[in-house]
Amino acid sequence: MHRALLLLPLGIGCLSFGVVAQEAASVEEIIQQQQEQINALQEQIEATAEFLEIGGSSVTQLNRNQLQERSIGSQTSIGGYGEIHYNNLDAKDPTKDTDKIDFHRFVLFFAHEFNDRVSFFSELEVEHSLAGEGKPGEVEIEQAFVQVNLSNEIAIQGGLFVLPVGIINETHEPTTFYGVERNAIESAIVPATWWEGGAQFVGNSASGLSWNAGFHSGLEMYTTGSNAFRVRKGRQKVANAVAKDFAFTGRLRYTGMQGLDVAATWQYQSDPSNKSGDGLDDGILIEAHAIYTSGPFQLRALYAGWEFSGSVVEAANADSQSGFYIEPSWRINERWGVFARIEDVDGAISSDKFEEFRTGLSYYAHPNAVFKFDIANRNYDVVSKAKVSDFNGFNIGMAYQF
Amino acid sequence: MTEQAAKYRLTSAICVLLWGFVNSAHGQMGVYMETEDFLETAFPDSEPEVSVIWINNERREVMEEILEHPVNALRISYWVSGDTTAWILDEIGKDKPITIGVVVQGDAIKMIRVLVFREIRGWEVRHPFFTDQFLNSQLTREERQGVGLDRTIDNITGATLSVNALRGVSEIVLFLVQESKT
Repeated sequence: MHRALLLLPLGIGCLSFGVVAQEAASVEEIIQQQQEQINALQEQIEATAEFLEIGGSSVTQLNRNQLQERSIGSQTSIGGYGEIHYNNLDAKDPTKDTDKIDFHRFVLFFAHEFNDRVSFFSELEVEHSLAGEGKPGEVEIEQAFVQVNLSNEIAIQGGLFVLPVGIINETHEPTTFYGVERNAIESAIVPATWWEGGAQFVGNSASGLSWNAGFHSGLEMYTTGSNAFRVRKGRQKVANAVAKDFAFTGRLRYTGMQGLDVAATWQYQSDPSNKSGDGLDDGILIEAHAIYTSGPFQLRALYAGWEFSGSVVEAANADSQSGFYIEPSWRINERWGVFARIEDVDGAISSDKFEEFRTGLSYYAHPNAVFKFDIANRNYDVVSKAKVSDFNGFNIGMAYQF
Repeated sequence: MTEQAAKYRLTSAICVLLWGFVNSAHGQMGVYMETEDFLETAFPDSEPEVSVIWINNERREVMEEILEHPVNALRISYWVSGDTTAWILDEIGKDKPITIGVVVQGDAIKMIRVLVFREIRGWEVRHPFFTDQFLNSQLTREERQGVGLDRTIDNITGATLSVNALRGVSEIVLFLVQESKT
């Protein structure tokens, strides 16, 4: 019995050791399982991060959601801009007052990259909110061209494109300029937005010099009636356009000096009415502008002038049409900017001959969303027109682009 | 030769000329520098290591404030050798991503290059007359205006969104360089 008592602790000890050994094995197993789980989670994190970096490469795309929206499973992108205006203008003759609100432009961009060399760009616009017979607006294709890159410096564009002339014709997103309404020169003299069908070469160099050379459809200006020789009314908008006579546009632009942007455009219309023998033979447009930016200050100046030849246009005293504007502005801070603009327009008819002063401010809720306010004063050159149509007033606008 | 025939010949000649140009050239407008070339320029005397910075909520908040749009990247890879780091980021200008390479030495930008430009307009931002403005720029933190560069970057008319993209990316990179040292 004594022997049995002596063996009892030994038996208990062996039993305890067995239990401890079993527990140790269990802990080791748990640790191993946890390590496996950690490894699996690590792999998942790595995989997620690789996915979110898109392509898992060294290039990180900062706005992935935007890219996904624009991708739609391919290289297609969507953008757009729009602007709504409220005009309150008091004319000398109260029956000519303007009190209106108008969603002036609603535009969508569609672009597609076929490959590194060939891409497509388009701009579809609804003007004045409502289009159709008897309605105030229009649906327009303002750009639709294919660009083929010939080298790092030269490309060719074919299709329907905006002409390289003026400041706002190519860059007309309303967040990029001051004033609720666009300037008047680039309406009456340079009929922006002005697009034609054809082809153009575009080139640029490291010196900051760039150039365009385009061969495209021409104007079809009226030579009789109330809109005779008004350039803006001569746009055919590439809508079953008469293409008997073409036009050429060339531009040189220099942006190689910090803060400076200067450009000059020359255009030849072989027959601005696309009709021979009507007293409007040919036309040449010269446009030049400069933009100088120094910190928050900017100065814009633009001149544009037409010289038409032909017996009827000369008899109508509409053979020379020109205009200029000067616009200083000050970007007070990230949110606020103020400007003033003086314009002088000498167009074809009394409605297109005036001086205008405009000043106002812009509030940028976001770099791509702006609220605008300005006051405007216009004085017509022709006395009979001035007596009824000279106006003072204000405008309020909202604009965006994305 | 009648006027009609002359026009026909002129139009035909122009079409043939354009067709010839298009078929004789095979360039890729927009790819201005490959990643390998960028890294060789950034680290001419050393072999950089790849490193990663994780974008936690605090960092994301600052980045979104700079870019004024959501940022969804979880982490960003970069190259480092000594006190020089190189970063390549994509940021949308108007509607397509611009691939931008930035090299920072210490806390200042040593080099900024547009590696790939895909937009139709705004290409001016790739040239030295514009990118030179960023050289030696550093980050400032002002209580009222948040994180920003220590200088004004002059805009280019018609390239505003491309300019904004380069300015935003340069600020992001300088911010992340500071964060990587904490």
